[in-house]
Amino acid sequence: MSEGTLYDKVWEEHTVSELPTGQTQLFCGLHLIHEVTSPQAFGMLQERDLEVAYPNRTHATVDHIVPTSDQSRPFRDDAAEEMMAELEQNVRDAGINFSDPTSGEQGIVHVIGPEKGLTQPGMTIVCGDSHTSTHGAFGALAFGIGTSQIRDVLATQTVAMEKKKVRKIEVTGELGPGVEAKDVILEIIRRLGTEGGVGYVYEYAGEAIENLDMEGRMSICNMSIEGGARAGYVNPDETTYDWLKETEYFEENPERFDELKPYWESIRSDEDAEYDDVVTIDGSELEPVVTWGTTPGQGVGITQPIPAPEDLPEEKQDTARMAQEHMGVTPGETMQGYEIDVAFLGSCTNARMPDLRRAAEVVKGRQVADSVRAMVVPGSQRVKAAAEAEGLDEIFKDAGFEWREAGCSMCLGMNEDQLEGDEASASSSNRNFIGRQGSKDGRTVLMNPRMVAAAAITGEVTDVRELKEVTTP
Amino acid sequence: MTDEIPEIDSAFGSGVPIRGNDIDTDQIIPARFMKVVTFDGLGEFAFFDQRYDENDEPKDHPLNEPQFQDAAIMVVNANFGCGSSREHAPQALMRWGIDAIIGESFAEIFAGNCLALGIPTVTADHDTITELQDWVDEHPDADIDVDVENETVTYGEKTVDVTVDDAQRKALTEGVWDTTALMKSNADAVAEKAASLPYVDD
Repeated sequence: MSEGTLYDKVWEEHTVSELPTGQTQLFCGLHLIHEVTSPQAFGMLQERDLEVAYPNRTHATVDHIVPTSDQSRPFRDDAAEEMMAELEQNVRDAGINFSDPTSGEQGIVHVIGPEKGLTQPGMTIVCGDSHTSTHGAFGALAFGIGTSQIRDVLATQTVAMEKKKVRKIEVTGELGPGVEAKDVILEIIRRLGTEGGVGYVYEYAGEAIENLDMEGRMSICNMSIEGGARAGYVNPDETTYDWLKETEYFEENPERFDELKPYWESIRSDEDAEYDDVVTIDGSELEPVVTWGTTPGQGVGITQPIPAPEDLPEEKQDTARMAQEHMGVTPGETMQGYEIDVAFLGSCTNARMPDLRRAAEVVKGRQVADSVRAMVVPGSQRVKAAAEAEGLDEIFKDAGFEWREAGCSMCLGMNEDQLEGDEASASSSNRNFIGRQGSKDGRTVLMNPRMVAAAAITGEVTDVRELKEVTTP
Repeated sequence: MTDEIPEIDSAFGSGVPIRGNDIDTDQIIPARFMKVVTFDGLGEFAFFDQRYDENDEPKDHPLNEPQFQDAAIMVVNANFGCGSSREHAPQALMRWGIDAIIGESFAEIFAGNCLALGIPTVTADHDTITELQDWVDEHPDADIDVDVENETVTYGEKTVDVTVDDAQRKALTEGVWDTTALMKSNADAVAEKAASLPYVDD
């Protein structure tokens, strides 16, 4: 049983009662909602004649179905328009703040929460979205919930949960050139498995994690759920505090920063905290990781051979065989040279400013391959505006990328941005499940944003570290 | 307020095997069917892309086979329901007719969503599951009894031990799996808790 970890402290801090089931009734400091998983919950409230208990601790945005090209209303897609209208009605009736597309602050829920300073260390944060784990980057306990639980949170601001074990994942050393947070988390999932984290919360620690910027920490916490862990976190430190200072909430309420900092410091895991499990990974040995299969755990270093199914543990062999058949990859070869049709730079994993900056450095002065459809979908309207202020949009557009409006887009194919037929995509998103990007024959290769940029240029999976220098005429 | 929440001590009915590890919620209900504001009618879209080809012609899939059309107990392998938090997934299975799922293991959010709908997710080891899946194939019309209270599954002449998570077992058998009213009754304690938290300033 863990003791003295951030998880133990935040759990304790938010415990309201023990339920007859043995579960804990946990107070939710922040409830984020979006258009896909909330309408049914509002419907259930209505059926039971219940009201939203804490509208001020609830915040809404629209991201999954919002078009990233023409956002004029009504949306071209009737179903999307209906969902949008329903959300507008629900938040108006309940008095919930809504970062809608006219606000200049709309975006993917896991991008805007941190940007607005809604996400803070030591909070409990829930959302009807499995990538809520993202907010753990700030030292919050953040996890995804289903729609019936959204109903619970709307009605009571609490959720019934069982306490989990804590696994510390220590990433030591310094990451090599071209190796990013995304590669770290893909490697963690490859090693510990897609269900290795079931029953655990992951604490990410060690030099390689501490040296990451907040956006990198978000990329890692974001994909905790792909490793089976419902939540993952990084202890807050000066990097966290510096980032928070620049957010909307603390710019408007600077006095709150000093008031809250002692609390943030107090919930950090103790030096002598006890963990249920500790795993150590040498970060200096990592290289860019790409997936060869149809689960995020089926990854491989870019210079390493794709494993033969028979070399994997027995329980993984069937899934690997099916995945390799779907992807059309050959064991023993590397993923380099795997042809792609689409390059997608976006999602709650990798569509923040540093992601776009790094990708733009790769793209600058180069051209997207003729055979590739390439798009950048910034994570939020603020990210988009900041990128435009730096001229990143021009770099991408000059190279042949489409520069889109903010949303989830091709990460999950709920708007018009979808793969067609058996198109292959180089994607900075989080899931390579069959059908995930909108076509059931589509093929997704997950990778970091610079690797996506490199693949867009060459038309195939490419080791960005080997990309030829741009020669100026 | 809500109606009395039923106590669920067991589930009973014929089975349907769904084989494979890591079956994610995008497979159980593809995202395009989530562009709706209610859960009504999701049942027909369960496993849609596994069941139909691009021309909507049926493919080989247990949910398409006539002998499994009345199934109430789904038998699955490891890490079932991984991926997205969409409750649309268990909603689709429930509306297709599933009352309980027996598997090697379940993704956490998925199992929680099932519990919120009163669907038991009970677990057993790989060999037990494989044997049960094979038995269901041979006896598609025969009933399986999932005893949540006593943590057993009975089929044919055989009774095997299964595991039901403690909180899930209590919630189901004591009729407290729908937690809204229960937690609402602690509203004063919730308000006190909110007031005690340093970051709550409203």
